[in-house]
Amino acid sequence: MKEDPNHIKARKFGMIIDLDKCTGCGACMVACMSENNVPFKEDESNKLDSITWMRVYKVTNGKPYPDMEICYIPRPCMHCEGSHGHSPCVSVCPATATDYDQATGIVSQIYTRCFGCRYCMAACPYHARYFNWWDPVWPTGMEQYLSPNVSPRMRGVVEKCTFCFHRYQLAKDRAFYEGRKTIEEGDYQTACTQACPAGAITFGDLNNPHHKVNQLVEPDPKHNGRPKNPNAFRLLERLGTNPKVYYLTSREWVKRAGDNYLKNED
Amino acid sequence: MSTKEDKVKDVSEDGVEESAETTSVQTGKTDPGNGAEGPIILFFLVGLLISLIIGWVIFPKLLYSHKKQPFDFNHALHMGEVDNGCESCHFFREDGSFSGAPGLAQCIYCHDDLQGVSPDEVVFVENYVATNREVPWLIYSKQPDCVFFSHAAHIKGAHMDCTVCHGYIGESDHLKVYEENRITGYSRDIWGKNIAGLKKNSWDRMKMDDCAECHMEATGRTSSVQTKKDGCFVCHK
Repeated sequence: MKEDPNHIKARKFGMIIDLDKCTGCGACMVACMSENNVPFKEDESNKLDSITWMRVYKVTNGKPYPDMEICYIPRPCMHCEGSHGHSPCVSVCPATATDYDQATGIVSQIYTRCFGCRYCMAACPYHARYFNWWDPVWPTGMEQYLSPNVSPRMRGVVEKCTFCFHRYQLAKDRAFYEGRKTIEEGDYQTACTQACPAGAITFGDLNNPHHKVNQLVEPDPKHNGRPKNPNAFRLLERLGTNPKVYYLTSREWVKRAGDNYLKNED
Repeated sequence: MSTKEDKVKDVSEDGVEESAETTSVQTGKTDPGNGAEGPIILFFLVGLLISLIIGWVIFPKLLYSHKKQPFDFNHALHMGEVDNGCESCHFFREDGSFSGAPGLAQCIYCHDDLQGVSPDEVVFVENYVATNREVPWLIYSKQPDCVFFSHAAHIKGAHMDCTVCHGYIGESDHLKVYEENRITGYSRDIWGKNIAGLKKNSWDRMKMDDCAECHMEATGRTSSVQTKKDGCFVCHK
């Protein structure tokens, strides 16, 4: 029964978002909210209160008409690896409520363990973490629509995108039942990936050369997973957070918008 | 101080404990503990005893409410009637999820009408089968909402026996009393019967540390960066 942990090939689930394809429709945000029992507020425009695991940002190149261009950047949790799993949020959590799993590359968040100090929110450079200022209130009858596979959160804890980890758990369940040792690429896909009408989001195992995510960006393990594809970039690459969400674009100004470049910097 | 000296005088006049008392007065006039030590220790011991009784006997009794199942169920009797052991009624669905306690749909394969003479079966057939209502069983092994437990991984993947976690419930003639924690609402089977937290069998307790202990022994995985154990999301959702 005992398996040798050194012989398990570690997975590293990651996401590629093609910004040239993204239309900014927000279907990923809606799919994410309903999949993960994310509570919504009376006033969703109050961004201090609203919770969006997946959030679409709008950036422009800052030029006047007719040279103005717009790009929409969907932002899930980046599931940063840092160096050897020391992602910014995991390093600061005093409660062991958030953790990096080397076997899947997913940054977990355990709501029952979190006591709401919000250090992780301060540490996260991507604003991917949200605090529950209130207990979730569902309109009458809507509790019936909640997914039993995702635990709802209570007031006073932090939550964030989990790469729909419950879908991985269910995919493994099916694989065990069918006597398979591994799961296929299509068995585990996030809700936002499947909801995107433009097919801009790709999800899979970055360590697996047969998976599309690996082929699209060619992550370089020698340089902390930096993409070899010249059209690929990661948000705030220079911070060294080593995120597992990659963006594709052919536009140079979008690539520059992904990091804090100075105006006169190359 | 004068009263004390008077008392000493009295004692010396009586001639009882003369030497001890007088010497203490002569050598250390400031010692206040004389005579009060005995009652203080007694009060302490009595208080300790009361606290222990409250903490170890009365509080656990108050903490757990005793609930009865809708009607009694004889596991041993059913095990004799079915072919496939536990999985005859507690089966896996095709997507790999586990059915848990069987629903009415499974029971009425045999129980669309009375099969025996047991009064419990009469309750079942009349109150639930006839009215097409699901039996509101109280689940002894129900884990908190934040827990993801995969029966497929343990039974199909690791080929574990049901008894490792559930004990020999399949050989029981009666359902035991369901003890519910009044504060958390969880079953006592999760926290364990033994108030000292001691565990004799693997199925005595099903807290997180018990799961983690077995995971460490069986898999040896240390992929979690924070805990150097199995990852949190293996069992949490």
